[in-house]
Amino acid sequence: MTGLLIIALVTLVPAAVAMALRNVIHSALLLILSWAGIAAFYFWAGAEFLAFSQVLVYVGAISMVVLFAVLLTRHTRTDGGVAPDTLGRALAGLLIGGAVLGVLFGAVLSTPLPIGSKPAAAVTVHGLGVELMERHTIALLVVGVLLTVALLGAVVLAASDSRSGPEDAR
Amino acid sequence: MILTPLHLCLLLSSALFCIGLIGALSRSSSILVLLGVELMLNAANLNFIAFWRYGPNPAAGTGVLFVLFSIAVAAAEAAVGLALVIAIYRHQRSIRLQDARRLKG
Amino acid sequence: MSLPVQLLWLIPALPLLAAGIGSLTPRSGRGLASGAAIVAMAISFLLSCGALATALAQPAAHLVHNFAWFDLGGSAVRLGWLLDPLTAFMCVMVTFVGTLIFIFSTGYLHEDANFTRFFCFLSLFAAAMLGLLVANSLLLLFICWELVGLASYLLIGFWFHKPSAAAAAKKAFITTRIGDLGLLLGMLWLYDSTGSLLFYDGGQGVLEATALGGLVAQTTIGGLAVSTAIGLLIFCGAIGKSGQFPLHVWLPDAMEGPTPVSALIHAATMVAAGVFLVARVYPLMSADQGLAHVPVHALTVVAAIGAITALLGALIAVAQSDIKRVLAFSTVSQLGYMMLALGVGSWVAAIFHLLTHAFFKALLFLGSGSVIHAAHHEQDIRRLGGLRGPMRATFATFAIGMMALAGVPFLFSGFWSKEAILHAAHNWDVSHLPLYAGLAAVVLTAFYMTRLVAETFFGSPRSEEASHAHENSAVMTVPLILLAVCAVLLGFLGTPAYPWLQARLEGHTEVHGHPIFEGAGLLMLSIVLVAVGIGSGWALYGRRPRANANALDPIEGRLPGLFAVLRARFGFDELYAATVGRLNTAMAALSDGLDRYVWDAAVRFLAALGEFGGVVNREADEDVLNGGFDATNDRLRGTARSYSAAQTGGAHGYLRTVAVGFVLLVLIVMLGGGV
Repeated sequence: MTGLLIIALVTLVPAAVAMALRNVIHSALLLILSWAGIAAFYFWAGAEFLAFSQVLVYVGAISMVVLFAVLLTRHTRTDGGVAPDTLGRALAGLLIGGAVLGVLFGAVLSTPLPIGSKPAAAVTVHGLGVELMERHTIALLVVGVLLTVALLGAVVLAASDSRSGPEDAR
Repeated sequence: MILTPLHLCLLLSSALFCIGLIGALSRSSSILVLLGVELMLNAANLNFIAFWRYGPNPAAGTGVLFVLFSIAVAAAEAAVGLALVIAIYRHQRSIRLQDARRLKG
Repeated sequence: MSLPVQLLWLIPALPLLAAGIGSLTPRSGRGLASGAAIVAMAISFLLSCGALATALAQPAAHLVHNFAWFDLGGSAVRLGWLLDPLTAFMCVMVTFVGTLIFIFSTGYLHEDANFTRFFCFLSLFAAAMLGLLVANSLLLLFICWELVGLASYLLIGFWFHKPSAAAAAKKAFITTRIGDLGLLLGMLWLYDSTGSLLFYDGGQGVLEATALGGLVAQTTIGGLAVSTAIGLLIFCGAIGKSGQFPLHVWLPDAMEGPTPVSALIHAATMVAAGVFLVARVYPLMSADQGLAHVPVHALTVVAAIGAITALLGALIAVAQSDIKRVLAFSTVSQLGYMMLALGVGSWVAAIFHLLTHAFFKALLFLGSGSVIHAAHHEQDIRRLGGLRGPMRATFATFAIGMMALAGVPFLFSGFWSKEAILHAAHNWDVSHLPLYAGLAAVVLTAFYMTRLVAETFFGSPRSEEASHAHENSAVMTVPLILLAVCAVLLGFLGTPAYPWLQARLEGHTEVHGHPIFEGAGLLMLSIVLVAVGIGSGWALYGRRPRANANALDPIEGRLPGLFAVLRARFGFDELYAATVGRLNTAMAALSDGLDRYVWDAAVRFLAALGEFGGVVNREADEDVLNGGFDATNDRLRGTARSYSAAQTGGAHGYLRTVAVGFVLLVLIVMLGGGV
């Protein structure tokens, strides 16, 4: 159980600090730590393959994309000053977020959750591959198509449209 | 009442979800809002794993597979989202989310 | 004091901790960063001495501590530490030389703004290098191998605002990567055939009889034994890291880094990692020796590459004029010597030379650093000169290093280790060509080192900077003196009369000496060759010192063609730019053309098809359907306008509404009891 507590600490504290920091780059770097904590959770829960996927996708790839995005939009690297409207929104965000947190905690704590008598059998990479290729073939293909389309879409969105220019600004 | 490990996992994921939500609600930088959304998605993934690990009926691998697909979708989402951020930035020289309100009715 | 093998991880862990401290230290915390690095390194040195004591107590044993790193599904990935005399001697050398160089660096980089970053990188390097040494798994070794490559990249490019430094860092990284690909492939192949990457694992390791027997028994493409093929792939990694022909081009450029980096990484430790790697997997490399009907033995290739590199490096060094480049090509040449020794079957001679070379080459580099620091970053020997007077300590220690490298007989360590290699080459029954290459390199080494010393320290100063040079502070000279003492004394650990080091490395507890003059013919020959080299060097450069910075080099005056070829380093850089670089560009152009003309055309065709469909559709729409809908649409538009007032367009607002709605929904469900 201490393992879980340490993982929770490693996951939650950087995430919370990241959401409070002024400098977006620092936030992104802290979130990498938080994502690594989530990978550790997967490890702890016995889903090693997921842990690796998490590290590869989040710690490796998404973090880089985020950093690139930050660098490409560098003029506003800090999140602006604490303007009045920002402060108000932050307070509203805290309030509403707190309400959601309370509701969720209440719901979780008031629900009796039976625990299975035996822990889930470890899923081997082999087993996972068989599952993906047999029962979930369609889903796998759809995910492949989705990723392709998303990549193309991202390229189209981010590519500078030198031909049209900003004429669609009404 | 008894606090089972499953409860703890769910509390962890709820807390992570709310951190993400608060971030998404209160920050101006659209990159950070996107990151907050990423955190919320991760919290959901944690739930999948928690229920797979402790659920009364651990059918082999379903939870893991679900998270696997979810991570794939999250990767697509992050790519498109950040491309959107860059597109927004190019159009209005700012990534402040409150500046992007051209969808106003 | 002895260190049990279970605690061996402490040796690399301490510098790693120092690197962590260094990375968190702000720029002003100079004392903290350098202090942590030096203290960690010094403690690692003490621990290494403990490890050496453990290893020497039972030199024949390979003490291992293996553990499962993680389970991946059904199979476990296992790593481990290994302690034997080879590891222990290397650790002691790296930590000792490292500590001295760290101390020297505090003086050398005293004025640099990024002092803390430097020590962070340096500690990271030390941690990775020590991890490489204690690894009992090819996987762990490979991880550390790449980490030292990364640290080398960061440190070569430490002054990245200099374009040449940034380019050199990139070149080093990419060139060594070519070799690393071979190492990676060899590793995968090894795992595929044996199911393990642990070196020693109680009979199951890849360097133990069972696995080796299996590898030798199979043959693959071209009739090679599998062990030969894997050995050669692993050797590719060593070629890249140790700057062997044909991947030697990065090492001289790596001198763009700060001089302590050149001394530590590109002379004493990292470049020797390739030699260490081959020595570590020596059972694998030599497994095919018993086979008669194979096209080539792995070790023969190693010997050939080593001999070529030894000669090539020495030749090029003769015509360089940058003090650090001369030393760099000398390092290339000496590493070739070590490979040669490995190839002719005497890995203990190679390690002996590695250890002595580490000390005297670090000494030479630090000495050159001292000169460069004193002469305000002037490192062209044509513009130095006359530093003997003002820089006595540097001159004396540099001269000792030079004599050790040149192989001046009996007193200096380089002599004994070089003799051991030549002796081994002499006894090799395949061919005597490596021996001749080695002997030729002996003359050249003595010659170019004499030239270097004569040009730098004798004559009169030939530039403004050189004439104002003065001796550096004790923080820089004391490491020089300590290294000089070692450069002399270390040789006596392995003289033929009492080859203690060799015996311990091979796992014997008793030492069998031979009379020194047993192979007297070879010994005399090499002494004569050294004398010829130093004599001719002195005759050309020492007797009549260069008059001014622009005077012709004596060789250049007599053999301008040869000198130009040597100065241009046989044109390897240009050759690679013309072949590999151009091929790369051509492939890129081909891909671009394919993309532009083939794929793009296909996409455009599809798009045209879609457009055509759209036209047909619109015609049908406007004529057939338009009529009655317009009126309905107007009414809908009115309704929509009133709804759209709620759409503020701000994403925050929407998200807020969703969250509030969620809270309300949950409250209703919970309070209403309608679960």
